Amino acid sequence: MIITNTENTAVLSATSGSRKAGRSRILETVMKGLFFICAGVSVAAVAVICIFMFAKGIPAIQEIGIKDFLFGTDWSPRNVPASYGIFPMIVGSVYCTAGAIIVGVPVGLLTAIYMAEFCPKKLFGKLMPLINLLAGIPSIVYGFFGMVVVVPAVRNLFGGTGNGVLTVSLILGIMILPTIVGMSVSALKAVPDSCREGALALGATKERAVASVIFPAAKSGILASVILAIGRAIGETMAVIMIAGNSTIIPHSVLDSVRTLTGNIVIEMSYAEGLHYDSLIATGVVLFVFILLLNVSFNLITHKKGK
Amino acid sequence: MTRSEKMRTYKAHPLSLVFSILTKLAVAITIGVFFLIVGYVLIKGIPYLKPSLFSPEYTTDNCSMLPAIVNTLEMLVISLLIAAPLGIFCAIYLVEYAKKGNKFVSLIRLTTETLSGIPSIIYGLFGNMFFVLALKWKLSVISGACTLAIMVLPLIIRSTEEALKSVDDSFREGSYGLGAGKLRTIFRIVLPPSISGILSGVILAMGRIFGETAALIYTAGTIAKYASPMDSGRTLSVHMYALSDNGLNMNEASATAVILLLAVLLLNGLASFIAKKLAKGGN
Repeated sequence: MIITNTENTAVLSATSGSRKAGRSRILETVMKGLFFICAGVSVAAVAVICIFMFAKGIPAIQEIGIKDFLFGTDWSPRNVPASYGIFPMIVGSVYCTAGAIIVGVPVGLLTAIYMAEFCPKKLFGKLMPLINLLAGIPSIVYGFFGMVVVVPAVRNLFGGTGNGVLTVSLILGIMILPTIVGMSVSALKAVPDSCREGALALGATKERAVASVIFPAAKSGILASVILAIGRAIGETMAVIMIAGNSTIIPHSVLDSVRTLTGNIVIEMSYAEGLHYDSLIATGVVLFVFILLLNVSFNLITHKKGK
Repeated sequence: MTRSEKMRTYKAHPLSLVFSILTKLAVAITIGVFFLIVGYVLIKGIPYLKPSLFSPEYTTDNCSMLPAIVNTLEMLVISLLIAAPLGIFCAIYLVEYAKKGNKFVSLIRLTTETLSGIPSIIYGLFGNMFFVLALKWKLSVISGACTLAIMVLPLIIRSTEEALKSVDDSFREGSYGLGAGKLRTIFRIVLPPSISGILSGVILAMGRIFGETAALIYTAGTIAKYASPMDSGRTLSVHMYALSDNGLNMNEASATAVILLLAVLLLNGLASFIAKKLAKGGN
């Protein structure tokens, strides 16, 4: 009797157990599906962004004419007949980004070298968070700082209005510092100690070892950081429009007013309609293509490094 | 190496001395610029932080930032409600389920990298085309929040991934060994120790949302009123842009800059503090 009883309960618990196991198996599958779908969201987002940008932008470019759009130097969408040439903005974006690189890269790389190679550990722990905080400052605050500090300074030192390529380059140069420093520090720190020791053992000073051995060894990581920084600079919007002057002519000196691709979009979106609106999307497409090209080259460099 | 020895080496290699000075100078510039910006914004703005700036209603006279602050919090909550589960679940898939060398995984990595490289103005354009016009949500907090959710998604995915990866495999094996299923292992064993890493990513995302302007002007709009999710409303950074754009309210703009900067610095500091605590706990 006792034996059958226990057998019975055993059978009972086994069936309820298997039912429970079945339910949890369903839950497992459902949740796995859910995780999978969520993982697909970023893929879907990129796809939808691409589709919308290109589907709206490319017909506009065709309507304006690709040559007139990309190389036209006259941007006057409100004229009759309107003309949509964004060449001044392309040149403006390129100038400002180049300026940012000239300002930001030397300072950023030298900072990264100090942080990675010479900085005492304790100081590193204090300084690095500050440099990272520089990345957290909103671009509107950078723009504000540029407006009330850099613009008057440039105006007093060099004349002109103060709104122009030089001012934009200075602010963008500051804004890309944390990107360059952060990535370059990890690239430099990833260089094996044996390289360092070898150079030092050959009688090089520490500085020489860094400049001639370690820096070249970290080259691809450093280059990747610069590419990322170019992406930041070319895509920056709010800080730029507050200090650029935004006139739609090709600047002839570093003090001249300049309008970037990003600025063009923000400034005119509020009242744009019809082809004008579409032409702003097309401006976005040009910017988007720049960014995608930068992304591709970034990937090529980092993957090569991986091998 | 003592100081005199160092001096001797530098005498023999003057270029090394120059190099050393240059690197120190660069660090001084980088750190100096940080303090210059923060200091200037504080000094310029704090005198204008008057109580009228926090009065309950915005008028053109008082330029109150209270509605903008409330809208910012609303924006934060909605975008994180969307982005956090998506990002965390995506990371769980990547770390716990996906097999190595899976094509789908490399596609996800490629697209998250792409997303993190897209400038905010492109998000703004896309949000305007997709949420505002195509889905007919108009200029509204929800349109802005969805746009921002996509924008901060890579940030949350990456930090969650790092956090999950840092959980030792022996934990998982132990849990499986005791008969726990995969799901139970994830929620009971893997997620609890990675919570601070995930949190630091989410806080970083909050900082991004707080400071975002370009993606919001044409998705959430610039109306300075308390907004329900379906209404247009400006966040604090858009508020600051609107104030400084017309050039008449620079004093109020500088006061807004103080609040904005402090909030963002606080959030970023908090994120790195939590991340550091995590690193210490890991050892």
